[in-house]
Amino acid sequence: MAPSRPRVSLFITCLGDQFFPEVGEAAVKVLRRLGVEVTFNPAQTCCGQPAFNTGYRQEARAVARRVLDIFEDAEYIVAPSGSCTTMVRVFYPELFSDDPALEAKAKKLGERLFEFSEFLVKVMKVTDVGASFPHRVTYHDSCHLLRELKIESEPRALLHAVRGLDMVEMQDFKLCCGFGGTFSVKFPEVSVAMGEDKLQAAIQSGAEYLVANDSGCLMHLAGLIHRKSLPVRTLHLAELLAAQE
Amino acid sequence: MSVHGIDTGKIHEASASVLRDAHLQDAYKSSTLRLYTERLHAIESVPGFERLRQRGRALKREVIEHLDEYASQFADGVEHNGGKVHWALTGEEVCSIVLKIVKDADATEVVKAKTMVGEEVGLNHYLESAGIRGIESDLGELIVQLADERPAHIVAPAIHKTRQDVSNLFVKHFQSEKTEEPERLTAIARRALRECFARARVGLSGANFAVAETGSIVLVENEGNIRFSTTAPRVHIALIGVEKIIPRFEDLAVFLRLLPRSGTGQKLTAYTSILTGPRRSGEDGPEEMHVLLIDNGRVEMLADEKMREALYCIRCGACLNACPVYRKIGGHAYGWVYSGPIGALVTPSLVGLGTARELPFASSLCGACREVCPVQINIPDLLLHLRGKSQDLPPVAKPAGAPVSERGSMRFWAFVMLRPWLYSFGSSLARLGQRLYARNQWIRKLPVYPASQWTDGRDFPALAKRTFRKRWKHL
Repeated sequence: MAPSRPRVSLFITCLGDQFFPEVGEAAVKVLRRLGVEVTFNPAQTCCGQPAFNTGYRQEARAVARRVLDIFEDAEYIVAPSGSCTTMVRVFYPELFSDDPALEAKAKKLGERLFEFSEFLVKVMKVTDVGASFPHRVTYHDSCHLLRELKIESEPRALLHAVRGLDMVEMQDFKLCCGFGGTFSVKFPEVSVAMGEDKLQAAIQSGAEYLVANDSGCLMHLAGLIHRKSLPVRTLHLAELLAAQE
Repeated sequence: MSVHGIDTGKIHEASASVLRDAHLQDAYKSSTLRLYTERLHAIESVPGFERLRQRGRALKREVIEHLDEYASQFADGVEHNGGKVHWALTGEEVCSIVLKIVKDADATEVVKAKTMVGEEVGLNHYLESAGIRGIESDLGELIVQLADERPAHIVAPAIHKTRQDVSNLFVKHFQSEKTEEPERLTAIARRALRECFARARVGLSGANFAVAETGSIVLVENEGNIRFSTTAPRVHIALIGVEKIIPRFEDLAVFLRLLPRSGTGQKLTAYTSILTGPRRSGEDGPEEMHVLLIDNGRVEMLADEKMREALYCIRCGACLNACPVYRKIGGHAYGWVYSGPIGALVTPSLVGLGTARELPFASSLCGACREVCPVQINIPDLLLHLRGKSQDLPPVAKPAGAPVSERGSMRFWAFVMLRPWLYSFGSSLARLGQRLYARNQWIRKLPVYPASQWTDGRDFPALAKRTFRKRWKHL
């Protein structure tokens, strides 16, 4: 059974805070629509992934250490990002593996922290969140969400329940879009080439919107779309689920 | 790109040039997709393939954790069967041992079956400078040898060559007719190779598996050239990296189901040879069998508890086929013998992380490699481990155009992220600053490295007018 009135502390993520506040707003709207009590702790900044991903474990650890404290008392924590959820659930325990107390704390946090679509389907036990969006949409599996958290069916179930939505799958839909965190600036040509392939697949599917749950991937793809004026748009799943067109 | 040196430092330039080459892009894309898809079909027919992968992993783990015991057991087995074992610590030792065996056999030519460890130690080059001709008998290896290149893929060395490329090479080197029919091309290669097989005194191979229990060497292939190279000449030399050992003969039931399916999408390769010692009286086969057990950096990998896992690799190449980065930049860009995700792990361990420090970063960490690995090596995790280790090395010079070193910028980043007031203050400051660059909420050119690398190929979103934390107060 879903908890009667769950309390969610929002982990907005640094990208969500600085670049895509509308994603966070949409997440709040959907959660409130479902009767969730949403709080936001302004002490939060970043999960530490940029440093961890680039091999700077000490810096990542310092930043991660703060996250452990900030969300210590929260009942549930929800992040609109598969990648930041992965950082906490999968990589924090590894980062603190030499300190049993912190490792235990990290594991506990990982059990209470959910990616947005995962929270809706697994904790709230809903797929129909009352959204309507009469457009053709394709879903991009971001890699951390798909392969680290194994979340594949949840976002699709949510999309299928959206009124008016026409869902199509892309060719090679499990293929990485090429963002990869600091990979995107360390190997920019390769990153762009991978992104172009992904967008070609999206366009060929006939979708108006490419939807994903990670602002990193979406920022990379939207940047390519804008540079090359490609005929497809990006949208975060939270924004789509907030829509009642 | 040199065939002999280590060019791991040129990965950026090399990748960019492959990306611009439409011919190579087509070749890599179609071949990797074909191998990837055929693997998927091949594993469908095996119930419990996941359990098989787990079993393969457990067996490799068992060997790697007790490598000293299994290696001596294997060596004893080889000697017992009448073979001769040579322990080789370094690449130079491998080369000099092989040269001595070849000279003792009074040979001037060696027929070579495919061996990646042979590539690793630069054997062809070494033999050549000693006046010994190494003839590649694997079709793919022959093609890259004629082209004076390195293998571009662990199991498909000429994956980047089209039929037309092959035809041109054959015309040039064998003065053959001009044809692009695969059958005719194969026939040309066969004619050229048969003569070599007939006269060669020494054949050289690698090994897919070395069975500790029986001292047997197991080789899988589709062309039959390995069987030729290991049985027709009077002397057979096998180069075996110590990690190729498996415990028991019955374990082949696991590995022979894993390897061909993962590598080429076949249920079984056309030939599977199990060689247990040289000929006995009344049998065919080589009179002498020399087995080189090779370290060349592997024992050092063993010392790093985490990297040890990379020694589980059975060299199937599935991770290359699945890797979206390999598909784009191909094998040669990795600058050495092993390419793709497993190359990005093994190369830094074998040539030194300082030399190959860029390789672990040549991955988006998407995890497609781990998904297909027959022994479930956690490749992304090991890449992250190497990234961490590379930051413990003396820092590289800061790139031109960068205001601070990467380490400096990461320290600054952490300093800001640890102080929410500074984070908020900095984000307000950045909003003022971006007015110079942003138009309609998009930035076409970021001024500072490495951010400028982003806008070389795509636009960058401007910071939102108001952060979420500011908007929250009104939600």
